[in-house]
Amino acid sequence: MGLLAVSLALAAPAARAADAPVVRVGSKSFTESYVLAELVAQIVERTGEARVERRFGLGGTGIVYAALASGAIDVYPEYTGTIARAILKDPAVTTLAAMRAGLTPAGIVVGEPLGFDNTYALAVTRPTAARERLRAISDLRGRGRLTAAFDAGFLDRDDGWPGLRRVYGLEFRDVRIMEHALAYRALAAGSVDVIDVFSTDGQLAREDVVLLDDDRRFFPDYAAVLLAREGVRQRLPRTWAALEGQLAGRLDNATMARLNAEADLDGRPFAAVAASFLGGGGAAMVSHARELPALTLQHLFLVGVSLVVATALGVPLGVLAARRRRLGQLELMGVGVLQTIPALALLAFMIPLFGIGRLPALVALCLYALLPIVRNTYAGLVSLDPQLLEMATVLGLDGTRRLAWIELPLASVTILAGIKTSAVVTVGTATLAAFIGGGGYGTLIVTGLALNDARTILAGAVPAALLALVVHALFEVLDRLAVPRGLRARAAAAAR
Amino acid sequence: MIALTRVTKRFGDRPVVERVSLVVEAGTTHVLLGGSGSGKSTLLRLVLGLLTPDEGEVSVDGVRVTPASRGDVQRRIGYVVQEGALYPHLTAADNAMLPARARGWPAARMAERLAALARLADLDRPLLERYPAELSGGQRQRVGLMRALALDPPVLLLDEPLGALDPLTRAELQGQLLAIFRELGKTVLLVTHDVREAFVFGRAITLLDQGRVVQQGTFADLARRPATPLVTAFLRAQAAPPEMAAYL
Repeated sequence: MGLLAVSLALAAPAARAADAPVVRVGSKSFTESYVLAELVAQIVERTGEARVERRFGLGGTGIVYAALASGAIDVYPEYTGTIARAILKDPAVTTLAAMRAGLTPAGIVVGEPLGFDNTYALAVTRPTAARERLRAISDLRGRGRLTAAFDAGFLDRDDGWPGLRRVYGLEFRDVRIMEHALAYRALAAGSVDVIDVFSTDGQLAREDVVLLDDDRRFFPDYAAVLLAREGVRQRLPRTWAALEGQLAGRLDNATMARLNAEADLDGRPFAAVAASFLGGGGAAMVSHARELPALTLQHLFLVGVSLVVATALGVPLGVLAARRRRLGQLELMGVGVLQTIPALALLAFMIPLFGIGRLPALVALCLYALLPIVRNTYAGLVSLDPQLLEMATVLGLDGTRRLAWIELPLASVTILAGIKTSAVVTVGTATLAAFIGGGGYGTLIVTGLALNDARTILAGAVPAALLALVVHALFEVLDRLAVPRGLRARAAAAAR
Repeated sequence: MIALTRVTKRFGDRPVVERVSLVVEAGTTHVLLGGSGSGKSTLLRLVLGLLTPDEGEVSVDGVRVTPASRGDVQRRIGYVVQEGALYPHLTAADNAMLPARARGWPAARMAERLAALARLADLDRPLLERYPAELSGGQRQRVGLMRALALDPPVLLLDEPLGALDPLTRAELQGQLLAIFRELGKTVLLVTHDVREAFVFGRAITLLDQGRVVQQGTFADLARRPATPLVTAFLRAQAAPPEMAAYL
C-alpha cells in the first residue's frame, strides 16, 4: 500500500502540466546527443515561451524517432545520414530538401544544419602523417606495412571498412577489432598506425592526431540537424527562431569535439557544458546524491505498479492454465515467448502504442513480470495433493469456493515465490526503462554509459542492487503475513 | 442402505473391480477386507460417485449413483480416509466445520455443532485451534471423523481409518468408533486390510482379491467355511503365532 502512496505522489507533478506549453526535448544515449539536447533545452528555457521536459538518453534511433513521430517528444538532434538510412530508409536521399519532402507528411520539420558533420573518419598521429606523407585517405594506398584497428561496427558496415577498402583499394598488414576508447590509446602508444574515429570525438580536441581527408567522398554525410514536430515551429515561433538562430551553423567539428571532450573526458555535467557554450549563468550542478531520492521513488513506482498489475493478471492466467491444460500450454508458451523478446526491443514496440515515458515502461515491465507469476501459479495448482482436492468435492465445495478456500491457500507458497522472483527481476529490468524516458535508477546508468563514466553507472547500479535486496527482505516479511500459519507450521515440522 | 449390483470398473483394459455385488443394511457395519490392489478403495470411490462403474449399478439409500445425482448422494455420506486428508492451512475446528461452512451455516449453529462433535470424537477443546501439523496422528484422525460427521450423514465410508496409527492409539480409537457407529445408528462401509479390525467391526465381511469377491459372510463363516484356500491363508497370515499367543 506504501507503493500506492508513492504512485500518487509521483502522479501529482505530472498533473499540473496543463498551464504552460511544454517542449519535450529528447536525446539518444550518447554524449553528443545529450550535449545537443541540453543546448536545445536551455535555449527553450531562456526564451521563456515554454517549459522544458527533458527526455534524454532514449535508446537508439528507432525509439527516439518513434517518440517524435508519436508526439511523446517535440524535438531532438539527429544526423542527416541517419535520417536517410534509418528513418526514410533510402540511402539515395542526400539533400536536405529531399529529407524535408520525406518528413513533412509525418508533420516533422528538419532544421538548418548545426554546422558539424559527425561521420566516420580515419585518424593517424601527426608524426605518422609526416613520415608517411599522409593528407587524404587515398594516400594510404600502397602503405601495406601499416597496421589498423577498427571498431566492430565499422568493420562490419558496408559504409565502413568493407566499402572503404573497395573504393580506395586499401590493404593493411594487420586489421584488428578494437573499441573506440581503446583505439585512441593504442594509437597514442604507437601500437597501431590507423584507427577509425567519429569526426567529433572528444579525444580529437585533446590528442595530436590528424584526420585524413575523405577525398573520394566515400563516407556519407552525418550532418547534425534538429528534428522537431511541426507544432513547435507554429505554436512557439520565438522558441523555434531562437533555436535556429543560436545553433544553426554555430557548431563546427572542432567546437563539437571540444564540447564532447568537456563532458566525456573532463566529466563535466551536460548542463554545465551547454551553459558555458551558451554563455551567461552556468546551470546548477545536479549531483547524483540529490537526484537519488527522486530516482528511487520513480524506480519504486515502476516496480510496484508493474508488479501489482502483473500479479492481478498473472494469478488468474495461472488459474486458467491449470483448469484448461491445453489452453494452459499455449498460454505458458505465450508468456515464455514474451520473455525471449529482448527488453529493449519490447520497449521499442511499446512506443507506437503508448509513446515514451512511464506508461510504455510499465506495460513492458508488466509483460516481463508475468512469466514467473503465471508459471508458479500454474505449477502450484497442478501439483496439489489429488486426495485433498477429491475430498473438497466430497465435502461439497464447488469451483470458486474450492479455488478460494482450498487451492489458492495451499498453493500460496509457490505463488508467492513466483511473485518474489518477478519483483527482484523487475528491480533490475526497470533500469532499462530509462531508455524510453521511464525514469528510475536507469537514468544514471544510461548517462554513465554515454559518458563511459563508471562512477555514474555505479550511482545507478548500486542502489538498484540494494533495492533488489530490500525487495527480497520485504517478501520474507510478506511470506509470514500471506502464507497460512498451518502451512508454515508444516514446513517447520518438516524441518525438525 | 448401500447396494452394489454386479459392478465392474476398468482402468484402461484392466478391471480393478469385477462383478462385485454387496448390500450394507441400514444401521449396520460392513467391512471390505483385502490386500493392497484388491479394489476395496475403488469400491468406496464408486459409492461416492467419484468414479462411474463401467457395468452394474450402485445406489445409496435407494438413490442410484450417477454423475447427476452425485451431489445429492455425497451429502448423505461422511468420508474418512487414512491420515485424515485434513487441509494443512485450516485449524482443526475449520477443517471439521468445512462441510457446514460450504453449506452456509450460521456461526452460532456451527459453534454448537463443533462442541457436540468434539465431545463425540473425544477431542480436547484447546486442540481445536491447532493446525493439523501440530496434532498427533490419532488427533488428526478424530478431526477427520468430526468432519465426516459434521452434517450428521446417515452413511459413513471409512478407508483404512486406523491404518496410520500406532497400536495403542488404534486400539483406543477402534473402541470409540465402534461405540459411535452403534450409538448413532450409521450405515457404515469400512475398508481395511487388517483381519482383527474386520473381526472387531464387521458382523458382515466381504473378502476381496484382485477386484473380485472371494467370500461374503460373518467372520465365523469365513473362518469355518472358507470358500477357497485363499480365505484361510488371508485370515491366518495376520494371526499371532501360537507360541506368542500363549504368552498373552
